[in-house]
Amino acid sequence: MDRGATLREALLKAVAETIDRHAEELTALDQAIGDGDHGINMKRGFEAALADSANLVPKPWPDFLKGVGMTLVMKVGGASGPLFGTFFLTLGKELPAEPGQADIVRAIRAAIVAVQARGKSERGQKTLLDVMIPVVEALEAGEADLTRLVGVANGAVDATKPIRAIRGRASFLGDRSIGHIDPGARSSALMIAAVAQVLKEVA
Amino acid sequence: MSTVGIVIVSHSAKVAEGAADMVRQMVGSEVPLAWCGGDPSGGLGTSVEAILTAIDRAWSDAGVALLVDLGGAETNSEMAIEMLPADRQARVVVCNAPIVEGAVIAATEAAGGSSLDVVRRTAEELSPQ
Repeated sequence: MDRGATLREALLKAVAETIDRHAEELTALDQAIGDGDHGINMKRGFEAALADSANLVPKPWPDFLKGVGMTLVMKVGGASGPLFGTFFLTLGKELPAEPGQADIVRAIRAAIVAVQARGKSERGQKTLLDVMIPVVEALEAGEADLTRLVGVANGAVDATKPIRAIRGRASFLGDRSIGHIDPGARSSALMIAAVAQVLKEVA
Repeated sequence: MSTVGIVIVSHSAKVAEGAADMVRQMVGSEVPLAWCGGDPSGGLGTSVEAILTAIDRAWSDAGVALLVDLGGAETNSEMAIEMLPADRQARVVVCNAPIVEGAVIAATEAAGGSSLDVVRRTAEELSPQ
């Protein structure tokens, strides 16, 4: 296996494992302000991607990412499927086969814009965007330290607590959504931490 | 001109099937009609794959109007529409209307031979402006 394929395999495995390990926590977060299916949905999606690993991993980055995105779209169920699926699909569309750091940052921004359009949402509405946007802003500002980027993501998760939800099921709760962490924000930060850990190990 | 098709997308297969039963009884069988409900594991939720299949089953050259329930049903429906072949994408719409009443009204309008745009607007008149 070439170096790219080894990295793709490690990343997919790490992300799927962290979602699996935290599925109950994500479900508990979602039970507080949503419909309680976020953990199980995300787990089903990444289990399906991992099961297809032998097919996905040898593909170049764009096709690999599109493959992961399509699996999430088809298998997750619930709004997080199209949202996270759109993120990976757009990354795949935007990245060249041999991406450099600038390509990656630009593709992440494009993927976030696509997620915003898909969810008809923006920053400050207690969603995964409240984690993704601060992280991409740090990347755009030139932050390359993985530990600090994970810190940005985790801080952003906690910052969703006082927000009153405006989008998604949590918005039905109005003020009662205040005081709870957004499950999609938490799963985004978990994935970011898993990716960072793998990148640290290969660096 | 063919009749606009109707697709009902609910988190619950029972809700979707029940709404479809009401359409059949109140409007009849000349309108192409399909429904789907439940996530890929059979729990409550929606599935892009199932939505695509339902659109295919209710397909009409006049287009297809989707009636959906909560959040994820809408997001998954929009995702499914984008995954259709380019020539079909512009002929499928999500109606911003209550799922049961919207399905019956949309099907009634479709049965009368109205265009997709009119079917959608009639269903959407049910939503508070």
